[in-house]
Amino acid sequence: MQLIERIPVYYRRQLGTLLGLLGLILIFWIMTPYFLTPSNLLNIARQTSINAIIAIGLTFVIIAGGIDLSVGSMLAFAGVVTAGALNLGIPILGSMIIGISVGFLCGAVNGVLIAWGHLPPFIATLGMMSIARGAALLFTGGRPISGFSVSFRFLAEGDFLSLPIPVYIMIGLYVVGHFVLTRTKIGRYAYAIGGNEEAAVLSGVPVKIYKLIIYGISGALSGIAAILLTARLNSAQPIAGIMYELDAIAAAVIGGTSLMGGEGLLIGTLIGALIMGVLRNGLNILGISSFIQQTIIGTVIILAVLIDMFLKRRKK
Amino acid sequence: MLNEYLLEMHHINKIYPGVVALDDVSFKLKAGMVHVLLGENGAGKSTLIKIISGATLKSQGLIILDNEEVDILNPREALDLGVATIYQELNLVPQLTVAENIYLGREPVTKSGLIDQKRMMQDVTEILNSLGANIPPESKVSSLGIARQQMVEIAKAISIQMKILILDEPTSALSHHEIEQLFSVIRKLKENGIGIIYISHRLEEIFEIGDCVTVLRDGKVMGNFPVESVKLSELIRLMADREVHDHFPKQEAKPGAEILQVEHISRKGILHDISFSLHKGEILGISGLMGSGRTELARVLFGVEKADTGTIFLNKKEVRIDSPREAIQNRIAYLSEDRKVQGLILKMSLENNISLPGIKGITVIGIIRKEAEHRLAGRYVNELHIKATGLDQLAESLSGGNQQKVVIAKWLVCQSDIFIFDEPTRGIDVAAKVEIYHLMNQLTARGAAIIMISSELPEIMGMSDRILVISYGRIAGEFLPKYCSQENLLECALGVDHAVN
Repeated sequence: MQLIERIPVYYRRQLGTLLGLLGLILIFWIMTPYFLTPSNLLNIARQTSINAIIAIGLTFVIIAGGIDLSVGSMLAFAGVVTAGALNLGIPILGSMIIGISVGFLCGAVNGVLIAWGHLPPFIATLGMMSIARGAALLFTGGRPISGFSVSFRFLAEGDFLSLPIPVYIMIGLYVVGHFVLTRTKIGRYAYAIGGNEEAAVLSGVPVKIYKLIIYGISGALSGIAAILLTARLNSAQPIAGIMYELDAIAAAVIGGTSLMGGEGLLIGTLIGALIMGVLRNGLNILGISSFIQQTIIGTVIILAVLIDMFLKRRKK
Repeated sequence: MLNEYLLEMHHINKIYPGVVALDDVSFKLKAGMVHVLLGENGAGKSTLIKIISGATLKSQGLIILDNEEVDILNPREALDLGVATIYQELNLVPQLTVAENIYLGREPVTKSGLIDQKRMMQDVTEILNSLGANIPPESKVSSLGIARQQMVEIAKAISIQMKILILDEPTSALSHHEIEQLFSVIRKLKENGIGIIYISHRLEEIFEIGDCVTVLRDGKVMGNFPVESVKLSELIRLMADREVHDHFPKQEAKPGAEILQVEHISRKGILHDISFSLHKGEILGISGLMGSGRTELARVLFGVEKADTGTIFLNKKEVRIDSPREAIQNRIAYLSEDRKVQGLILKMSLENNISLPGIKGITVIGIIRKEAEHRLAGRYVNELHIKATGLDQLAESLSGGNQQKVVIAKWLVCQSDIFIFDEPTRGIDVAAKVEIYHLMNQLTARGAAIIMISSELPEIMGMSDRILVISYGRIAGEFLPKYCSQENLLECALGVDHAVN
C-alpha cells in the first residue's frame, strides 16, 4: 500500500491497466507455453507498434476534448504518397518527410475545420476519413504500390540489438510524446482545452492554433505509422488502415484517457495498445476464430471503461 | 370550513452548507390573487419557489396545499398537486409542435395505442383560444417568439389543471405590447381562481398586476402588504436596508493617474453608451441587477465579446482588445462570475491552473520549466494562504474560497494592472471573503486598479472608492459610498430614479 502512496496521483490509474495487461499475459501463458517465448513477444511488439503510434496522436486529440476518426485513412494516403515518392527515386528520408507532411496537412485541415469552422470533431474527421481514403485511391488508381529497397524495408523488418526497429521508433515516440504532453505548452494547453475550453480561452490560451497543432500531430503520427506499415508489407495499399481508428481509440480509452477530455496519459495508452496486441496475438495462437476474437476484444474495451467509471464513482 | 388560502407555507427553513437561504419564512397565497415576491438577488425568492415547485427540498417547516399537509419531493409531484412553474428560461422542446409540447409525457392515445392527434389538437386549440392567444397548435415552438412560447407554457400549465402558477421574471424579455398581453392573460387566470406567485424586478409592474406583495431580504420575510396600502419607497427601503454586520477591512488608497478610460461603449440591446474612467489604486464598484449588462461590460473590456462602438484607452493610449489574449497582454485580468465554469480547469492541478495565463514566463522554446513552475505556484500558495494537500491537488477538490484564491493567483502571476472582479466572493465563507478583501487592498496599495462587480450591496458599499450603477445596459448613476445609502443604489439599479449624485 505504501508503495502505491509513493506513486504520483496521476500515474496510479495506470497501475490498474498494467495489472490487466499482466493478468492477460498470465492467462495466455497458462493456456499456451509458446505465448511467452521471446520470438512471440517480439512479434507482439512489432505488431503493436503501428497501432500504438497512431494511438499517441489520438491520445493528444482526446485529451484536448476531440476525436479523430480519420487516422486510418490518413495512414493510407500518407502511405501511398510515400511509396510514390520512393518510386520517383526520392531518397528514403525525403520520401518519409513527404509522407509525414501529408499526414500533418490532412490533420491540420481537420484542425482548421474544427477550430475556425466550428465543426464538431466527429463530423470534420468523419469527412476527412472519406476524403483521405478517396485521395489514396485516386493517387494509385486503386492499385497498391509495391516493391521497395531493402534499406527502406529495414525500417520495419530490421533488428538492432535483437529488438525490431519499429519497437525503437515506438518507444522513442512515446518518450517524446510523454515529454510533449507533460512538459511543454502544447501538452499543457491540450489538457486545458479538453478540461475547460471556456476557461482556457479566458486564460489567454490561443485555443484555435493549438487545436490545429494537435490535430496536425495526430495526422503526422498516422504518417509515421504509414511508413512502418508500408515497409513491413513491402507495399502501400490505398485500402490500408481501415478500422485502425477504432483500435487506437480503444488503446487510449483502455489506458484511462477520458473521452470527456482533460484527462489521460501516454503510459496508459501504451499499456492499452499492448493489451489489444496481446489479446489479438494470444487468441490467434489459441486458434480462436476471428469472429469470436472481435467479440472478445469489444467486450474487453467495454469492461475496461466500465471498471474505470465504477472506480471513479466510488472514489467520489 | 373552507380555507381561503390555496397555499400556506409555515416557518420554512432552507439551509445549504454554510448558508441559511430561508430563515423562518411564512407565506400564504389566496385563490385568484397575484402575490408578488420582492427582493434583491440572493434574498431567497428563488429558493422559495424552488421549494414550492419541488426543485429543492425544505429543511424544516410546513406546507399546506388545499387544506392538506404535503411534502413536495420533486417537480413531478408539484405538477400533480397543480403547481406549475414558468421559469425565465423556458422549458420547451423547440423541435416539437405547440401541441406536442403541451402534451409532452402525457399524450392522449387512441384505442390502438397511437397518439390521438385529433384530440390533442382540439384540446390545445381550445386552451389557446381561451387565452386569446392566436397560435396554431401545429406550429413548431422554435418558430415562435419568446412571448408566444411563454403562452405555450401557460397553456401547458392550464392543461394540467393547475391551481397555482409561479411566474419567474416573465416580463424580462418581453416588449411593452407583449407585457400587456401577458397581463390580460394573468387577469383571466385570476378570474378562474388560480393563485399566482409573481417575481419581477420591475417595480412598476407590482402596482399594475399585483394584489399583494411579500418582501424578502437575506432569507427573511421583511413584510407582507396589500398592494394598495404600500408605497414604492417603503418597499425599496425594506429590500435594501440591511445592517452592515460584515466587517469590511477597506483601506483607503490614494487614487493615482488614470489607467483606463472607456468611452461610449455600446453593444446592441445590451450596453448603451457606457463611459467611465478608472484610476490606479482605486476600487470601482459596479452595482446593478443580474442581467443589467454589468457582466457583459466586463466581457467587452476583456475582449471576450466585441462592442459595436466605443473606444478604450489604457494609460491614455487607445487600444483594441479583440480577445482575452490581447487583454492579458495589456495586463488586464478578469475573474469571472462563475469560477468553476470559466475560471478553473477543474481536472488540472492547482499548480497548472495558477501558471496557465502566465505560462510564457516559465517556458523556454515551448518547454515548461518545472522548477520555475513549482516555485511560482508555491510562492502564491503561501502568499494567499491557499489550503491544499500539495501543489498537485486537483482544483475540483479545493473549497470555494481556495478555488477563488487560485483564480486570483493566476492573475497575480501575470502582474496585471487592472483586475476585473465579477462577484468575487459569491459562494465562499466569511473568513475567506475577508481574506479576499485584504488581497484587494494589497493590490490597490501596489497601484493596481480594480473593477468590482457585485450583487451584494454591503460589499459594494464597504469596499468601493466609487460606485457606478448599471441599469438596463446604461450607467444610471455614479455614487461615492460615503454619501449614499444602499437604498440609493437599489433605487438607481431598479431604474426608479435617474438621479446622479
